[in-house]
Amino acid sequence: MITIQNYVKAESLEQAWQLNQKRSARVMGGMMWMRLSRRKVQTVIDLSGLGLDKIEETEDEFRIGCMTTLRDLELHPGLSKFTQGAMRESVRHIVGVQFRNTATVGGSIFGRYGFSDVLTMFLALDAGVELYKGGIVPMRDFAAMKKDNDILVRIIVKKDGCRTAYQSQRNTQTDFPVLTCAVSAAEGRPARAVIGARPGRAVVVEDEKGILADGITEESAKKFGEYAASSVTFGSNMRASAQYRSMIAEVLVKRACLALEGGTSC
Amino acid sequence: MLVQLTVNGKVIKEDVDADLTLYTFLRNHGCYSIKCGCETTNCGLCTVIMNGKPVLSCAVLTVRADGAQIETLEGLQEEAAEFGAFIANQGADQCGFCNPGFIMNALAMFREYEDPTEEQIREYLAGNLCRCTGYEGQTRAMKAFLAQRREKRTAQAEAGSAGESTSEGKEADRL
Repeated sequence: MITIQNYVKAESLEQAWQLNQKRSARVMGGMMWMRLSRRKVQTVIDLSGLGLDKIEETEDEFRIGCMTTLRDLELHPGLSKFTQGAMRESVRHIVGVQFRNTATVGGSIFGRYGFSDVLTMFLALDAGVELYKGGIVPMRDFAAMKKDNDILVRIIVKKDGCRTAYQSQRNTQTDFPVLTCAVSAAEGRPARAVIGARPGRAVVVEDEKGILADGITEESAKKFGEYAASSVTFGSNMRASAQYRSMIAEVLVKRACLALEGGTSC
Repeated sequence: MLVQLTVNGKVIKEDVDADLTLYTFLRNHGCYSIKCGCETTNCGLCTVIMNGKPVLSCAVLTVRADGAQIETLEGLQEEAAEFGAFIANQGADQCGFCNPGFIMNALAMFREYEDPTEEQIREYLAGNLCRCTGYEGQTRAMKAFLAQRREKRTAQAEAGSAGESTSEGKEADRL
């Protein structure tokens, strides 16, 4: 288990950033994952006093504070409507309600975990990540960046009228996913499939060949599934083999496309 | 670090280590209903209600809970006894090891949803690992408990409205 020498409840983002420049410091999210490490942390920095635990909805965007819990994402009516229920679907299988009442979106995204349902979902939404020093970075770039000592402040989701559908497969309820998959389509950009738990970090596959350009049918959805699965590298671990994941990816992308067309999230 | 928590209505002030979990803090203060079953933030045995929401106390640092209102099974005896006895009568508990966490989570669910759907019940149940029951018995018993609660509420409402019309009648008699 983790050992911690000092705890600081940050009074400002600047204070949090200054403290976080030391190698032995860590910013805490929900502590669900970090607490299981064997690390010795000199100073743990808590952002929970900075009012970053809210989802603000404006006409153009959702501004999701880094300390927002996964349960709040799940229950937010505006996000649910905007994503046609896909946001709720993406988090509702993560352990249990008690876990989601504590786990934070900032912790899930900053960790860029391979198994993350949350990262998969926000990549599909083409979200932005607001960093204290680094400004707003597209989620796709953020997912590929190396971890640094900046502070993740908010996630920003533009209301671009996109349609989204989410699928995942687990060997058993509440376990880590064998595969995660989200598909989204919006005016002005190609449809995209996001595939995570490969078991590596989630990656985006865009419909550059225009497979879905003439509409989503059983056939085009199947083709896009095959295309997405062949564009991604899969690996094996204790949950599934690379070959199995590849086959599942084809099916989940196809199902997500058809759900998109049907206007349901899953 | 000095923290102040309200545990089951009692204010506790104490100097604690930065990495002391709420689970250990509460056990140190006599809340033995809380157990640590998995050490991986999964099983739900250590569920407590913090500021009205169920959380896993093994994953919460005591320092972060500074100022919070904490409720454990020890502080919810009446509610817990009613639900626990009902579940037992339905044969929906077996070895009993997961019961304290399960009951805490169920009580939290009853507070969040007046009349939860089966899907909501199952989503809540997912947070409490139970090796014995397979959840079917628990789901059935919870639905039966909720149905009984609904019947009681309806009966009380009917009795209330009957009482009102009786007193209205008396008022009318006086006029």
